[in-house]
Amino acid sequence: MAVLEARHLSVDIPTEDGVIHAVRDVSFALEAGELFGIAGESGSGKSVLTQAILGLLPNAIVSGEVLFEGRNLLGLKPAELQSIRGSRIGMIFQDPMSSLHPYYTVGSQITEMIHAHEKVEKPVARRRAVDLLARVGIAEADRRFDSFPHQFSGGMRQRVMIAMALVLNPPLVIADEPTTALDVTVQAQIVALLDEMRRELGTTVVMITHDLGLLSSIADHVMVMYAGRRMELGPSAPLFAAPAHPYTAGLLASSPANYEAGAELVPIPGRPPSLLETPAGCVFAPRCASALPRCTSEAPPLRVFSDGLQSLCWLEGPPADAAASVAAVAKAPAADETVVKAEGVRLTYGAGSLFNPGAGFEVLKGIDLELRRGETLGLVGESGCGKSTFARVLAGLIPMTSGKVALLGRDLGSLDPRAWQAMRREVQLVFQNPFGALNPRRRVGAIIGDPFRIHGLAAGAERKREVQRLMELVGLNPEHYNRFPSEFSGGQRQRIGIARALALNPALIIYDEPVSALDVSIQAQVLNLMRSLQRDLDLTYLFISHDLAVVRHVCDRIAVMQAGQIVELADAETLYRTPQHPYTQTLLAASVATPPRHPAAGRTLVASHVPEAA
Amino acid sequence: MTAPAAIPVVQRGSLALTLRRLGRDPAIIAALVFIVLVVIFALSAPWISALTGHSAIEQYRDTGLSEMGLPVAPNAEFLFGTDHLGRDVLVRLAYGAQVSLTVGVLAAVVAALIGITVGMVAGYFGGWVDTVLSRAMDLVMSVPFLLCALALVSVFGPSLSLSIGVIVFFSWTTMGRVIRGQVMSLRRQEFVEASRSLGAGPLSIMFIDILPNLSVPIIVYTTMMIPGSIVFEATLSFLGMGIVPPAPSWGGMLADAAGNSLYLVAAWLVLIPGLALLFTTLAFNILGDGLRDALDPRGRPVRKAAKGKAR
Repeated sequence: MAVLEARHLSVDIPTEDGVIHAVRDVSFALEAGELFGIAGESGSGKSVLTQAILGLLPNAIVSGEVLFEGRNLLGLKPAELQSIRGSRIGMIFQDPMSSLHPYYTVGSQITEMIHAHEKVEKPVARRRAVDLLARVGIAEADRRFDSFPHQFSGGMRQRVMIAMALVLNPPLVIADEPTTALDVTVQAQIVALLDEMRRELGTTVVMITHDLGLLSSIADHVMVMYAGRRMELGPSAPLFAAPAHPYTAGLLASSPANYEAGAELVPIPGRPPSLLETPAGCVFAPRCASALPRCTSEAPPLRVFSDGLQSLCWLEGPPADAAASVAAVAKAPAADETVVKAEGVRLTYGAGSLFNPGAGFEVLKGIDLELRRGETLGLVGESGCGKSTFARVLAGLIPMTSGKVALLGRDLGSLDPRAWQAMRREVQLVFQNPFGALNPRRRVGAIIGDPFRIHGLAAGAERKREVQRLMELVGLNPEHYNRFPSEFSGGQRQRIGIARALALNPALIIYDEPVSALDVSIQAQVLNLMRSLQRDLDLTYLFISHDLAVVRHVCDRIAVMQAGQIVELADAETLYRTPQHPYTQTLLAASVATPPRHPAAGRTLVASHVPEAA
Repeated sequence: MTAPAAIPVVQRGSLALTLRRLGRDPAIIAALVFIVLVVIFALSAPWISALTGHSAIEQYRDTGLSEMGLPVAPNAEFLFGTDHLGRDVLVRLAYGAQVSLTVGVLAAVVAALIGITVGMVAGYFGGWVDTVLSRAMDLVMSVPFLLCALALVSVFGPSLSLSIGVIVFFSWTTMGRVIRGQVMSLRRQEFVEASRSLGAGPLSIMFIDILPNLSVPIIVYTTMMIPGSIVFEATLSFLGMGIVPPAPSWGGMLADAAGNSLYLVAAWLVLIPGLALLFTTLAFNILGDGLRDALDPRGRPVRKAAKGKAR
């Protein structure tokens, strides 16, 4: 019997711009004890879907049916829903930093859950909470019961969140991107814990994520959503091995983990559609590589295959595997010219206090690094290891405490302010957050033209020409010169950031997590752009990331950083195949990739439901 | 039904959105209309004077005072009645509006400029600069303003420019604190870091990168400072420390009504300038609140959640 069953669920959200059709006609059913994955890019409606089920969207128009324990959740009164939330359906949210109350102890927040739904004595509730904390892997649970959230690390907090979701032993737990905010190694532990708990307690888990690799390793069934529609649904193994829908295939083909290092990625072209529109045909048709003429005019039918896959598509067989046909592009070897040479770079915060000399916090503990012209060096490490700080030291944004950085053979420490100003143009940064890195109140033309303005180069019409050349170079429409950043999507904004960095033809471009805020399909577009620019313009990159698959794909050499030190530095492939340092080995073991694709043997079309004309 | 080609979402311009949000609330429309009417009223003071044939300071002892020497109630000749000297309240109200609006807007703008400058410098440079400027703001805020104003006026004698100066001195700190806080968070933004890594200097960053992002608080807080300044001016005039009689001002008119308990027999002398003052400040406050909501919808979580999806 299904634990939760959604039938023709639609969610419309009225806004100032019109009605957003966030979820359209989605049906699915969860079997008891399974882990059901909902995958999709941002804006695909995967979070809205679960929030609507739990009645957490007060101003949305929800239609359809959601059956849970024999009742239609959509027809319940707010008070009834409230008693179901927490006791019958547990929730785990993305951000463990903000979902715990900072002023209450961790234990009291868990027992509060118990008291809210059951009548139990305080000591009993405490004992239950402590037991559970111990089971989710909190050491010395009895003592940690009285700790505050800020005394826990991110991973520990997510463990507490899991304990909170499980404390009333609900039959269903919904986890919305439970590991996105965590480091890779912690992510692996949390996913393993979630998997273990659901097997132990028989809990059904819905896991929402954008990370297909993660889902492929633990999910029983997977639903792939795009623009509010259910594109594909089916058992995990055939879905990842041989997806029936071109969108799923495209997502897998966008992930660098599925390629030989150095190959050109095959991204999904274009960008997600506006949810305000209601196209007559398939929503994915404009971006689809296998689109047929009828796709744009007729709503796609539901195809049901013999191995359990259901796909909303006109295709009757599996789409072509784009990734299989791509060969690695040979790259010119790096020249022998050294661009940057860092020696013993140290940075200590809070040192030199008058009363307590030497009691600072050491962020960088002596880093030696050398970059040669034309190469890409990857800098990998978990959050807080100092990789971004090191980038800012190289860019001259943070003064180092001691050490030496030479750029193009000139020691930065010996430069006078005027020469320093001129040197600034040789190192450029591209930032992680495409929303924060561009001034929201300035036009794109002005933003990309800033380097020229600041260094007093190319004015007036000449500057405009230069800016438009740069926009063309990074694949933006030069006619959008006068738009504001908010009118561009995340991927396009990252292109703007790259154009600005390229403007003065710098010796070194530092990419600080350039694609980690982007969706997989967009990420592949940006990675391809970076590679082609490097090939054409002979650029030198320092690429900072936590994502090993991405780093391996773009980098020639990789430096692994841990706690302010570089623990291993080797060629990308060498590091991958024979990691030396235990930390590198842990990192590699923790990253999960989707299983390799192989053709679906013996898959036949069983049924196909053509939708009635709406 | 739209064609399935990748048409970008048509987003309304920020100006159009702001106007739409402003237009949805009838209270804001009423406030805006009222402010426009007050401005027209103030500007047309000379015509009102010409139409009624009364000047603002002349005393009409024959028609404007009863046989007992008391002011006459509103009638056909004096629409808003007369005051204790037989002067036309309507004409004086119109000229008083000129004073109130001039002082209110001028003081608010000057105070805003000072506040923006100090706040930007303190917030951007931080460190000891911030410490010095912030303590200066604390100092100004802890000076008892009425006492200080009275002392200044008694030394220099009352005048319009001194009133404005005193109001500015005591009201720039609000703007200064707001701007300082905003700049402190803005200067940590990545786009500022990007400019720094390009080699931009502090002035360039402050004016080109940060200032445009402050437009919302600047517009909102300047609007909200106007009613404060108007009330401040009225207070000073009421105490006889603002506008020099016989030149009319709303505060002065209230003071005249209060003197000799004249309001007991001539309530309009209190009600007319008092209500004018009340509704003008109320209108500016409502407008300021409305502007804040319309320009910066972050305070309304429901709409924000919906907007995020539209992107």
